[in-house]
Amino acid sequence: MSSTETVERHLQGRYKHGFFTDIEADALPPGLNEDVIRAISARKREPEWLLEWRLRAYRKFLKMTEPHWAHLDIEPIDFQAISYYSAPKSDKDRPKSLDEVDPKLLETYDKLGVPLHERAKLAGVAVDAVFDSVSVGTTFKKELEKAGVIFCSFAEAAREHPELVRKYLGTVVPQHDNYFAALNSAVFSDGSFVYVPKGVRCPMELSTYFRINAAETGQFERTLVIADEGSYVSYLEGCTAPMRDENQLHAAVVELVALEGAEIKYSTVQNWYPGDEEGKGGIYNFVTKRGDCRGDRSRISWTQVETGSAITWKYPSCVLRGDDTVGEFYSVALTNNYQQADTGTKMIHLGKNTRSKIISKGISAGHGQNAYRGLVKVGKQAENARNFTQCDSMLIGKRCGAHTFPYIEVQNPTAKVEHEATTSRIGEDQLFYCLQRGIGEEDAVSMIVDGFCKQVFRELPMEFAVEAKALLEISLEGAVG
Amino acid sequence: MLKISNLHATVDGKEILRGLDLEVGAGEVHAIMGPNGSGKSTLGNVITGREGYEVTEGSVTYQGKDLLELSPEERACEGVFLAFQYPVEIPGVNNTYFLRAALNAQRKHRGEEELDSVAFLKLVREKLEVLHIGDELLHRAVNEGFSGGEKKRNEIFQMAVLEPRLAILDETDSGLDIDALRTVAEGVNRLRSPDRAMVLVTHYQRLLDHIEPDRVHVLANGRIVASGGPGLARRLEEEGYAWLDEGGIAEVAEAS
Repeated sequence: MSSTETVERHLQGRYKHGFFTDIEADALPPGLNEDVIRAISARKREPEWLLEWRLRAYRKFLKMTEPHWAHLDIEPIDFQAISYYSAPKSDKDRPKSLDEVDPKLLETYDKLGVPLHERAKLAGVAVDAVFDSVSVGTTFKKELEKAGVIFCSFAEAAREHPELVRKYLGTVVPQHDNYFAALNSAVFSDGSFVYVPKGVRCPMELSTYFRINAAETGQFERTLVIADEGSYVSYLEGCTAPMRDENQLHAAVVELVALEGAEIKYSTVQNWYPGDEEGKGGIYNFVTKRGDCRGDRSRISWTQVETGSAITWKYPSCVLRGDDTVGEFYSVALTNNYQQADTGTKMIHLGKNTRSKIISKGISAGHGQNAYRGLVKVGKQAENARNFTQCDSMLIGKRCGAHTFPYIEVQNPTAKVEHEATTSRIGEDQLFYCLQRGIGEEDAVSMIVDGFCKQVFRELPMEFAVEAKALLEISLEGAVG
Repeated sequence: MLKISNLHATVDGKEILRGLDLEVGAGEVHAIMGPNGSGKSTLGNVITGREGYEVTEGSVTYQGKDLLELSPEERACEGVFLAFQYPVEIPGVNNTYFLRAALNAQRKHRGEEELDSVAFLKLVREKLEVLHIGDELLHRAVNEGFSGGEKKRNEIFQMAVLEPRLAILDETDSGLDIDALRTVAEGVNRLRSPDRAMVLVTHYQRLLDHIEPDRVHVLANGRIVASGGPGLARRLEEEGYAWLDEGGIAEVAEAS
């Protein structure tokens, strides 16, 4: 067998997490209008101001149009065909502990390799599990409470900590920031809320496993992380979804606020259903993620490993507002079969002596299309801004594509901006070199890809790095059961 | 150990090897010399099973087995090693990790227990000492940013750890300064052993000043056109390849 065929075969590894949990969903009928938004807000027992906030966003959304500038080929989305709310049926009597959680739900996590109760304890990770649209289990809450850290579902935060939510919601990603952010602001279902008080180092990694389940239910997560002065928090987000035929829309918004001297590390391993070999099905993922280094000497670091989704449209960004702030973006994006990704970051330098670093690794296989799109902007007041961008693409096979769209806008002459870019094909020569030493084809491919991604993987927390590596292997190889 | 009969092979439809015969016994070191384009590198690639090299006729028997039936990694696991003319860089993959994966794949194939990292490191240190190679190569990615000499030394080091039965060294001497050449030659000499066969593919005599081969063959137009002892190499150095143009396979008398 030729090595080209070998690589092809590896690429046919089926989506491992393609199963469907049979839980009766309490869903709204498809459609989008103000009544739907009122219904969502009512079901979540939200305060009046939040409903008003949603409605304002919806009115803005109506005046906006879908963006088409990305390097993506997207079927038109029928927003009226989507149901905007779905919750596991036991919504009224929410489980008080994991023992009360629907066993089928726990089974789902088990299949995902995330036995919530065991693994969370073993890894010392607090897991706020979002299943469809409502959080069903939160662990380690007590320990976090001791440290004064608030980690809860967004809906709970809106009820229990309205002053914090009101103060920060929409201040990083304004409602009208973009089409999908406006949609999210109107209909967001749930998500996570984190507040780390002054000077507190969060005692554990905070983790949320997202999973889309019910058919034709868009998932609109809203996440808000606030690190108060001198605090530190590391947040992990991992996603998988069952196999579906319909394209599922996902439009999340994540807002991070780092006050003076605070540090936020936000890591994502994303493995949503990418569609089948012909490109049928798969998740449409339109995400707005942005962090605001609001206080001096604060620091925000994004790390993402993107292997899933049919369409990925995602640019985790940093606004370096305070002086001496640091923004970082580490990304691995893999597209296989007919997956398309247009992803990258924006680093907006506003304060003095601000620094940013971008390491982007794109892997394209099959007919996958992978675009890096990044903006480095240095404002007039941003004396001595520094940016380093490294953007590498790897092609596997001959029908895929890699594209790089770097934008640089510099308004201050003291800025130093560096950009490096490479594109390589997974070499027949590299593969043969491994084979000649006795290493099998599958191991060779995963070794080469893993090496390519090393700079990003080492930014991930240990367990997550292992998971990320496994995900890449699953996404690229036939080693799947 | 290795018996090649009437080997014909094509690359991109072009015939490069045209009826090559070669026999190498255990414990022997053979040198294959020849002008550019004679098919020297093709031979190594065909023996190791590289994609794109198609055998159209003839046979390659290795330790009594039909080598051409085996996949490239099976050949490697059976003890066939190629020291590359241009060793490939694999960024981000640690050299030690790579070599351990290779050794364990081969051990597994032979039904031996895989080495853990402690045992492997011990083995590696021993080999480095024997070869007089520093351990700086261990901490870097496979061949990444290596100088020409480092890459070639790394090949010899890999050979020492993997302990192949049949080693083919493809122009291992090319692009080396005299010191690096000496290191490489010394490595090869130390790895000579009664149960190991080596084939040195080279363009120049100078490697053979440091490694005395048992047999020297001249490859031209895809066939072995002359074979002899070490003296043949010296004659080639002095007179070039032109005198062989008459063709035909000749057993050349010792010139010295």
